[in-house]
Amino acid sequence: MSSANTLTRITPKNITDQEFFYGHKACAGCGGSLAVRLALKVLGERTYAAFPAGCMAAVGFIYPQMAFTNNAIITTFPGVASMASGIAVGAKALGIQNFKTVAFAGDGGTADIGLQALSGMIDRGDDVLYICYDNEAYMNTGIQKSGLTPFGTQTTTTPAGKNIHGSKTQKKNLFEIIAAHDIPYAATASIGYPQDYIDKVQKAAQVKGPAFIHVYASCPTGWGTPTETSVEIAKEAVDCGLFFLAEYENGDYRLTRNPKQFASVADYLKKQGRFKHLSDADIASIEAHRDHKWERMRRMWNHQ
Amino acid sequence: MSRPVKQNFIRPTHIEGFPVGPQFTAGHLADTNAGWRTFRPVVNHDTCIYCLRCYLVCPDGTIFKDNGKIAVDYDYCKGCGVCAHECPKNAIEMVKEQL
Repeated sequence: MSSANTLTRITPKNITDQEFFYGHKACAGCGGSLAVRLALKVLGERTYAAFPAGCMAAVGFIYPQMAFTNNAIITTFPGVASMASGIAVGAKALGIQNFKTVAFAGDGGTADIGLQALSGMIDRGDDVLYICYDNEAYMNTGIQKSGLTPFGTQTTTTPAGKNIHGSKTQKKNLFEIIAAHDIPYAATASIGYPQDYIDKVQKAAQVKGPAFIHVYASCPTGWGTPTETSVEIAKEAVDCGLFFLAEYENGDYRLTRNPKQFASVADYLKKQGRFKHLSDADIASIEAHRDHKWERMRRMWNHQ
Repeated sequence: MSRPVKQNFIRPTHIEGFPVGPQFTAGHLADTNAGWRTFRPVVNHDTCIYCLRCYLVCPDGTIFKDNGKIAVDYDYCKGCGVCAHECPKNAIEMVKEQL
């Protein structure tokens, strides 16, 4: 394993008491704001954060409120990675020491609109940690389908009807798209496993160069789940195999969680309003897609 | 101060009172979120084992450590109930707010 093991592991006992994302106007039970809050607590005060037009920009920067207590800026929707690159090299040119630049974007701002800027950022090797909080649709503008919306999801642009049952396309494999750039460090995480997420942010923060974390973050408003289950549902997504926890480091993929047995996919889907309409055949096809994906991941990635 | 608190804000009456450019003071909160809440979390300190799970999973960061005890900042808690739902000892109860 890497040198990150020699660092003191950040746990709830020793994490900073300071809150860097506080008093924001996100919906109650927002998973994305939890992802941002935990990451900023790990990275600390000397962090420049960049946010594209999205939920976190909409809820954090409402004049005369400023919910961030570190340095934060809103960027253009496609340009969060370019802006973060600029901040990183600009701060270096000014001789600023001991800082970290982080970019937070949602699934639309990463996998669709911001993909070319992110690709360029990784290509140039800029010292930026990019965190994509994935709530599986454009939630800020009213739940439109994004590239990371999974098959069968009901959104406002993929409504469920008699003939078409929600989104017809599968979720983009963002993690492997990023890893294919030969990035120094990439990982997937879920807010349902907060300690694992904290560990990965801590590890990514040590990387000198680009690092990427894809964190699964629930959205009670867009998913049609009760607010109190938003952490539980993000955990269940991992337990039933529809989301995976993995790392890509030094050219090697590794599953950080490889369950022997999956929990029920139907149970996970039926808890959410966005999947209520799915038939048994749809669920069977989602399961088949999951099994196919896991068979390949276990065969190709798992060297333990 | 580990968390920002509500500050008084007087809205500028002239355009020159508004901030120039996109900068604004970090951690400036002019408003609370308490009005969003239907249920408030109440911690039972006898059954709480201080595992800090609620502190970790609060999306708003309103749960904090207060000399070895869990405390809640009711100015900014939105009452989402994640803390009560995730508590392994059911030591947090969601109590309906009385108006």
